[in-house]
Amino acid sequence: MSDWTVDRAATELLSCEDERRDRGPITEDWPDLDVETAYAVQDEVLRRRLERGERLVGVKLGLTSRAKQHRMGIAAPLTAWLTDAMVVPAGAPVPQQRLIHPRAEPEIVLVLGRALAGPGITAVGAMGAVDHVCAGIEIIDSRYRDFRFALPDVIADNASSAGFVTGPVLRSPDGLDLSLEACLLEVDGQVVDSATGAAVQGHPAEALALAANSLSRRGRSLEPGWLVLTGGMTDAVFIGPGHSVTAHFTSLGSIVLAGG
Amino acid sequence: MIGAEHQAAADLLLAAYSSRRPVAPLIEAYPDLDLADAYRVQALQVDAWQRNGRRVVGRKVGLTSPAMQRQMQVTQPDHGVLRDDMVLADRAAIAVSAFIAPRVEPEIAIVLGRDLTGPGITVADVAAAVAYLVPSLEIIDSRIQDWRISIGDTIADNASSGAAVLGDTPVALGDRDLRLVGCNLYRDGAVVGTGAGGAAFGNPLRSVAWLANTLAEFDTGLHLGDVILPGSITAAQPVLAGQTWSASFAGLGTVTARFTMEDS
Repeated sequence: MSDWTVDRAATELLSCEDERRDRGPITEDWPDLDVETAYAVQDEVLRRRLERGERLVGVKLGLTSRAKQHRMGIAAPLTAWLTDAMVVPAGAPVPQQRLIHPRAEPEIVLVLGRALAGPGITAVGAMGAVDHVCAGIEIIDSRYRDFRFALPDVIADNASSAGFVTGPVLRSPDGLDLSLEACLLEVDGQVVDSATGAAVQGHPAEALALAANSLSRRGRSLEPGWLVLTGGMTDAVFIGPGHSVTAHFTSLGSIVLAGG
Repeated sequence: MIGAEHQAAADLLLAAYSSRRPVAPLIEAYPDLDLADAYRVQALQVDAWQRNGRRVVGRKVGLTSPAMQRQMQVTQPDHGVLRDDMVLADRAAIAVSAFIAPRVEPEIAIVLGRDLTGPGITVADVAAAVAYLVPSLEIIDSRIQDWRISIGDTIADNASSGAAVLGDTPVALGDRDLRLVGCNLYRDGAVVGTGAGGAAFGNPLRSVAWLANTLAEFDTGLHLGDVILPGSITAAQPVLAGQTWSASFAGLGTVTARFTMEDS
């Protein structure tokens, strides 16, 4: 039998992050780690973060593209926690000194004006709780070597969360067609990819509803003022020192992120 | 290549259109086929079409994405012509049997309101020359077996063009930023690709400027009324009979292509 526990996995993942150390998938050491236990690890890591003074500011969705879900053999995205320690201020570079192998992905960020408690939340109902919409670039940094992991690994690892920047424009969702809100992604001034909000679970509101409904299964609801990072619109791109990533959005402005 | 070989290669491709039987990559028979040879082979087919009464009504620009350029090991796009019989109406039934291995690409088609003659054409010149924009689905096709194309093959084969379905909602350019126009591609109602206008060579207007300047090297240019397909917004997707494809563009409307087995 394995001598792994939720506590041990939480300790291991937090120390990987603090020591900038990557590792093989935990599921190779602990084959019995299932999705439910993995979420318990994620919650334990959050508990320790809050204990050391971080504040919970929202949630992120992971694996929101159909292609990624297909590769992982799941039908819905996963949820993970965002704390204030993950905020990268506008204009600041990627904090390379504390990261292992960061990648960046553009996202549509929804900010809630009121709580959303599942189950039974629909996309159109969810949008009613959104106070404003902005652009974002999420910085992901798996604690697993070469971003190689099974589903329970990435859930336990808080969906590879590391940081995020939010964009310069706050828009009311009224009159915005988020399914056609486009992002043109450039690395070092060259277009590398583009996508629209439809790449995120069909529509970012669908991602929001899924977040509310899956959090209800974890006994939680989305709270007023929380940010919801709805999921990468394009594939993530590596962002090393000396490089830059720019995400231009149709109506949400542009974000430039320096690689440090 | 020598002159007779250009004509032989052009005849081979023209025969593939008629028989719908693709041919082996030209590069196998003509290993020294360079870009100038390939454009010469393309031009000889255009001559043949015009002798048969067809008209050139526009152009297409291909290989405009970094991914396609890497795959073809080139740093420039390529171009081909649009004939009058290649332009199809929105929602028309399209027989897949008219093609060999068709694929669709959503594009922001640009219709010119004045001539554009390079060299020295800038994005600003193109913006001033745009009469209107129309949502479009380009149907690309290859007369080369299994799309096993090198850069020379695709240029010789009219930049792998097939047809263009043009939407019937022309829209003025105005002050819209074509780089950031969102586009969703649907197959039978399911999203299969998304992107922004800037996926086409950074900006569809830049693609047209490149085309005007490149055509100047062939002593020709773009003309009032020309329809320009400036490059795809998403990866090309293979189509099958029975499928309905549509592309929605923010602020530009939607275009739909219905694929059937035979001409209806």
